[in-house]
Amino acid sequence: MKLEEFATGNSFIHHLDPRGKVVAAAFFSGLVSLTQSLTAALAALVLPVILVALARLDFKRLMTRLAVVNGFILFTWFFIPFTFPGRVIYSIGPLDIHWEGVLYACLLTVKSNAIILALIALLGTSPVLDVVHALSHLGVPDKLVHLFFFCFRYLHTIREEYHKLSEALKVRSFRPGTNLHTYRTYAYLVGMLLVRSFHRSQRILEALKCRGFSGRFYILHHYQMKRRDYLFTSCGLVLPCLLVFIL
Amino acid sequence: MHISEGVLAAPVLLVGAALGLAGTAVGLKKLDYDRIPQVALLAAASFVASFIHVPIGPASVHLVLNGILGVMLGWVAFPAILISLFPQAIMFQFGGLTVLGVTTCNMALPAVLGYYAFSAGIRSPKPFVSGLCSFLCGFVAILLSSLAVAGCLVLTGGSFWAGAKMIVLAHIPVMFIEGFITLGCVRFLKKVKPEMLEVVYARP
Repeated sequence: MKLEEFATGNSFIHHLDPRGKVVAAAFFSGLVSLTQSLTAALAALVLPVILVALARLDFKRLMTRLAVVNGFILFTWFFIPFTFPGRVIYSIGPLDIHWEGVLYACLLTVKSNAIILALIALLGTSPVLDVVHALSHLGVPDKLVHLFFFCFRYLHTIREEYHKLSEALKVRSFRPGTNLHTYRTYAYLVGMLLVRSFHRSQRILEALKCRGFSGRFYILHHYQMKRRDYLFTSCGLVLPCLLVFIL
Repeated sequence: MHISEGVLAAPVLLVGAALGLAGTAVGLKKLDYDRIPQVALLAAASFVASFIHVPIGPASVHLVLNGILGVMLGWVAFPAILISLFPQAIMFQFGGLTVLGVTTCNMALPAVLGYYAFSAGIRSPKPFVSGLCSFLCGFVAILLSSLAVAGCLVLTGGSFWAGAKMIVLAHIPVMFIEGFITLGCVRFLKKVKPEMLEVVYARP
């Protein structure tokens, strides 16, 4: 589980204000997911490609990420070309491949990858807590931000607990298989994980109360929208519109 | 259970987002500030547990655990599931921002339904009733979630029928495994930490 794989870097994109990036990413995803034309989707794909190039992300890791995320898209290729009504271009046995189906599958693939690339280039290039901080500025309720903050903060701790438990299983030469013993063991593992997280959360709450926590995090680092941030965000709002609506 | 970005039609995305927003709002309203660390850590634990791959025959499936989360949290399952999906959306781009609402609904609505249907049964002192209800809770949550995912695809276009059917069929083994895991998990919690099932996370 590699978190924040692309968050470290020193490019122009990495230094932009996360609020602008969140707005641009959300707008771009929404717009592209609504488009129904392949040309518009292809045109829209250009923008995230430029962003990724600007952010100078590691090409190999980017491709592995894209390959993983495209699993669902690959799945649609197994049936959309056959089931989407249209002109038959090729027949394999009883199955007909329809031209419109191939186009539709292409459309889904391009749209999906455009959005994924945009999210990697815009949100992936900020540390997660910065993105959440930006969200709290953009009107996401405090409680949700706090929930997310605690969840993210203790994700690694709980993962360590999980590793401890699974090592304990290994030491006792547990070998997973398709049997009731395995399922019972995993159920107890999950149960223990829940119990440990519960204990930990009680300690956190007590510690917070001891320090007079009043339900508010004080932020020391404040964002400032500079001229380039305004420029970038307005480009992020105008360019996709131009591409999608003109084509 | 994740549907990729750019696949679903606009009305499905919008309805999903609206329902997700409403459910999260209800959940947050019912959540006390004091419970925030507990709910957050339960969400983190379920996120970590979803990386556990349980073997079934030659393949393996990963756990979802929305059933047990629902029984413990009730409506608060909405924000809990949302925050455990959010890092996946922005860090792994597994189901991005536009499908976040749909995915949250697909997983959290069955969780909330399971809460209303089974939470009394699970907490019953009779081992048989409690066991049956916990199995059903895990089973039904996955059943409904996969039906919801299939429904979203079919509503997007008739050409998704085949894929939607495949998704539901592929989840049948997952339903049984989740049922067994939920059953074992509830039995474990009842023995080791019964008060965890008694905590009221959501205000009535």
